[in-house]
Amino acid sequence: MSANQWDVTLRGRLGSLELDLSFATSAARVVVVGPNGAGKSTLLRALVGAELGLTGQVCVGGQTWQDATLYTPPERRRIGFVPQGCGLFMHLNVLGNVGFGCGGGAGAHQRAMDALIAVGGAHLGTRGVGELSGGERQRVALARALAAEPSAVLLDEPLAALDPVARIELRAVLHAQLRDRIAITVTHDDRDVAALGDWLLVVEDGRVVQQGPVNQVRAGPETPFGAAFFGVTP
Amino acid sequence: MRTRPRPIGSWLLASPLLVALALPIVALALASGPDELLSALGHPRLAEAVALSARTTALSLLVIVGCGTPLAWRVARGGWRGVALVETLVALPVVLPPAVIGIALLDAFGRQGLLGGVLGDSLAFSPAAVVVAQIVVASPFYLQSAIAAFRDVDDDLLLVARSLGATARSAVWRVALPSALPALIGGATLAWARALGEFGATLLFAGNLPGRTQTLPLAIYAALEEDVSLARALALILAGFAVGAVLFVRLLPDLRRIWPGRAS
Repeated sequence: MSANQWDVTLRGRLGSLELDLSFATSAARVVVVGPNGAGKSTLLRALVGAELGLTGQVCVGGQTWQDATLYTPPERRRIGFVPQGCGLFMHLNVLGNVGFGCGGGAGAHQRAMDALIAVGGAHLGTRGVGELSGGERQRVALARALAAEPSAVLLDEPLAALDPVARIELRAVLHAQLRDRIAITVTHDDRDVAALGDWLLVVEDGRVVQQGPVNQVRAGPETPFGAAFFGVTP
Repeated sequence: MRTRPRPIGSWLLASPLLVALALPIVALALASGPDELLSALGHPRLAEAVALSARTTALSLLVIVGCGTPLAWRVARGGWRGVALVETLVALPVVLPPAVIGIALLDAFGRQGLLGGVLGDSLAFSPAAVVVAQIVVASPFYLQSAIAAFRDVDDDLLLVARSLGATARSAVWRVALPSALPALIGGATLAWARALGEFGATLLFAGNLPGRTQTLPLAIYAALEEDVSLARALALILAGFAVGAVLFVRLLPDLRRIWPGRAS
């Protein structure tokens, strides 16, 4: 029994990309940075449980979801997942989206409302998804993930494509909501790294090329990408 | 002062085509007076043909949507041998002349056909043959639209649904189908309009028997021999359905805006 919150080894081939994504940490909040096409989104999808044909093991928060003999489908992992572009269901309104994973019970509506309130979106309930701004969409997607009482939360570039004000507001919401959770956030902005994570992964060409406590990796990046990203000379 | 050059050249080239498309419809609408239309509406041949067309196209549409939706889903998801072959097969009836389809249907299901030993005389020249001809000719319109719509459903959307507790099957029902619904309705409308207008394959495979296999288009063909004004009136009714179908499909996105998302 390890005290690790994350214990992940995923290997395999996906298109032209050879993947070898391994990391382990006792920290709950992980941040992932890396160039486009490095395999960051693939890592998140594999953790959620998409059947991509990757082998290895996935242990999160003391629970094993995948190893040599086990493959837990996504509906039993219950990971809160916010993909790039939010992945909102366009045929449902805001409350329909947030309540999607709450089941049909008596408390379902209340749980959806509570999650919306928690992300500062209480006024959005009956709005259509198509009418929302970028920041509002992210809030709704986050509320939907939280309302299902997830075991962990995975966010793929939640702060991309937002105007500066919305970005600062949403970063504060994320900071507050992820504080006591097991979470992975992919980002392209150094300012998000410290706010959203304790453990940092640098992913390049399908591999975790560097990992460690956020401050340590930021101070001593080992690759040209990392150096450029954090503005430090390697 | 310089004025912006007008695109006269392109309009000049385009106008013959526009006239060819618009003029026949206008002419058809002008050809029948209200009296002729009313007397045609009371004609017993019309009631028979309308009833047969309604019954057969409803049944065709049921089969096309019922079997076509799962087929389109499997094709759109891909990942199996023969996807490309099935996709070609699905596109084929659009370009095959209906008369060719009619002959092919006789060779498959006729008395002398491949399945003739099993079916004997029971299928060809029966109302069921009308339905089979309509299904073959019209299903590509639904299938192609459904395949494209299902391909547009983002994999991440289904993954999100599953991460929220939906099984693979329930993610299809709760997310993929509702997301694709406008395109499915549009495709079904076009397929229905195509089935309603089916003529060539029906004539060869099902014949032209009043009350049994004589659908609206075949009734026009038969009426031309004896009563041109009846044929015109029938044609106008059929054109009305077709125009209605196209308008419905074109307005579908707007209709959807008026009818906003539900809560669950």
